[in-house]
Amino acid sequence: MNQYELTYKPFGTSAILVEWPSKIDENIIQDIVAFENSMEKGKGILDTVIAYNSLTIRYDHKIDYKSEVAKLKEQYKAKNKPAEQNSKCWQIPVCYDTEFGLDLTEIAETKKLSVEKVIELHTNPSYLIYFLGFQPGFLYLGGLDDQIHTPRRASPRLRVAKGSVGIGGAQTGVYPQQTSGGWNILGKSPINFFDITKEQPCFAKAGDRIQFVSIDRETFHEIAAEEEKGNYELKFQSL
Amino acid sequence: MIKVLHEGIYNTIQDQGRFGYAKMGIPTSGYLDAYSAELGNALLNNQKSDAVVEITFGQGKFQFKKPTVFCLTGGDFSPKLDGNLLEMNQVYKAQPDAVLSFGKRNSGARTYLTVQGGIQSKEVLNSRSFSKGITQIRLQKNDELRIQKQQPISDTGHSRVKEHEKHFESEDLACFAGPEFDRLNDKQKKRLSEPFTLSSDNNRVGYRLNEELENDLHPILTSSVLPGTVQLTPSGKLIALMNDCQVSGGYPRVLQLSEYAISRMSQKMAGEEVRFTMQDFNL
Repeated sequence: MNQYELTYKPFGTSAILVEWPSKIDENIIQDIVAFENSMEKGKGILDTVIAYNSLTIRYDHKIDYKSEVAKLKEQYKAKNKPAEQNSKCWQIPVCYDTEFGLDLTEIAETKKLSVEKVIELHTNPSYLIYFLGFQPGFLYLGGLDDQIHTPRRASPRLRVAKGSVGIGGAQTGVYPQQTSGGWNILGKSPINFFDITKEQPCFAKAGDRIQFVSIDRETFHEIAAEEEKGNYELKFQSL
Repeated sequence: MIKVLHEGIYNTIQDQGRFGYAKMGIPTSGYLDAYSAELGNALLNNQKSDAVVEITFGQGKFQFKKPTVFCLTGGDFSPKLDGNLLEMNQVYKAQPDAVLSFGKRNSGARTYLTVQGGIQSKEVLNSRSFSKGITQIRLQKNDELRIQKQQPISDTGHSRVKEHEKHFESEDLACFAGPEFDRLNDKQKKRLSEPFTLSSDNNRVGYRLNEELENDLHPILTSSVLPGTVQLTPSGKLIALMNDCQVSGGYPRVLQLSEYAISRMSQKMAGEEVRFTMQDFNL
């Protein structure tokens, strides 16, 4: 298991920021997730926030910074479980029909690739979920094939439909809610990425992976109907 | 029950906030002026966790449908019950159908309506705080707010509590060095100690400030931000994040407001001045 040189910083009087080396790296995020998993929640810890190379711990009281950092350092040393515990790779159905994939043809033309090839390049990788942020249920994914890196659109759309799958620069992701946005839209997933009616509103977590699976329009509507009723069971592989 | 007669500009139900869900990208939310909201709950002997109504800029009108023990704290916008002027920080009992309205601004920006026992709206993920995508966004006309059955008020012991006067008058915002503060040069640090004014772009997500700092800092790898984090944007302008902010961001985090400073800042309006006063961590 990796052990990194961590930096600890006070973040106000009741939070501590722990930083890993400043880069986007699969081993780093797995290490952060393992560290976060090792923490006992509820014992004065109000919340934890994961990002690419950082973990923020929010306490429910003003902390004695030095003694808390000493505790965290001990915990980090003691943690040796691999982070991939209970990690899953979720199979996310996406319909890449041009009805939903508003920018698919344009991306293919710009990249001098066939539409089929763009879809293949997008569905091949299993993307690592680095963390969630921006909106409830929005996944920061790593692993987009550099052949289809595409700059954000010059003028953002005012409305991007919920479930839209897009590319923004070197990132790909799914909009969990209708929003305005500048990403290039490839398709749409019938899956709810954030469902407040469920006990676990997000099925995915940092350290999991997702893979997009191409489906046709008919299947899209079938799954959407099932998902609406709360009957659709998302497929996954345990890692 | 309380009925919303006029929805106002941006009125919401808030409690201490929603914790434990940042990993799903869910903002903290919660009342911005915790100092005043907690005062309201204290005046009514409520639980600290009880939910209150946050009323922005004194806009909105409410009708009590049942006898209701209530008080108003925070910004003073000449509150009236059936046309009779009320005092802030004083416990009152409203009779059925009495109408609460507001008028001229005397101080602050946000007023808290607290009722005995708290507002009993639906809890979502352990909180009643309104948050986009999780609850309704803001109160709408004809909304009906459920409240607990009211106990009679004893007529003793409810003397008017004075809010700390400087809460609204002082421009001082106590703050600490943020995670990227050390990347600033001496000139930038000096500028941070001089006054700033609030822009009109201010809401529950964040307050943008008008003045510009020279900015030669690189963006950071997206990392966590908290309510009270002051970010330096590429244009050189500062944003002080408030409780509805996202959980992460990529701008350098130069300052972190104290929890009390968030309360004080949330009572400021566009054009008003603030001054960051650096505190030591005493590590």
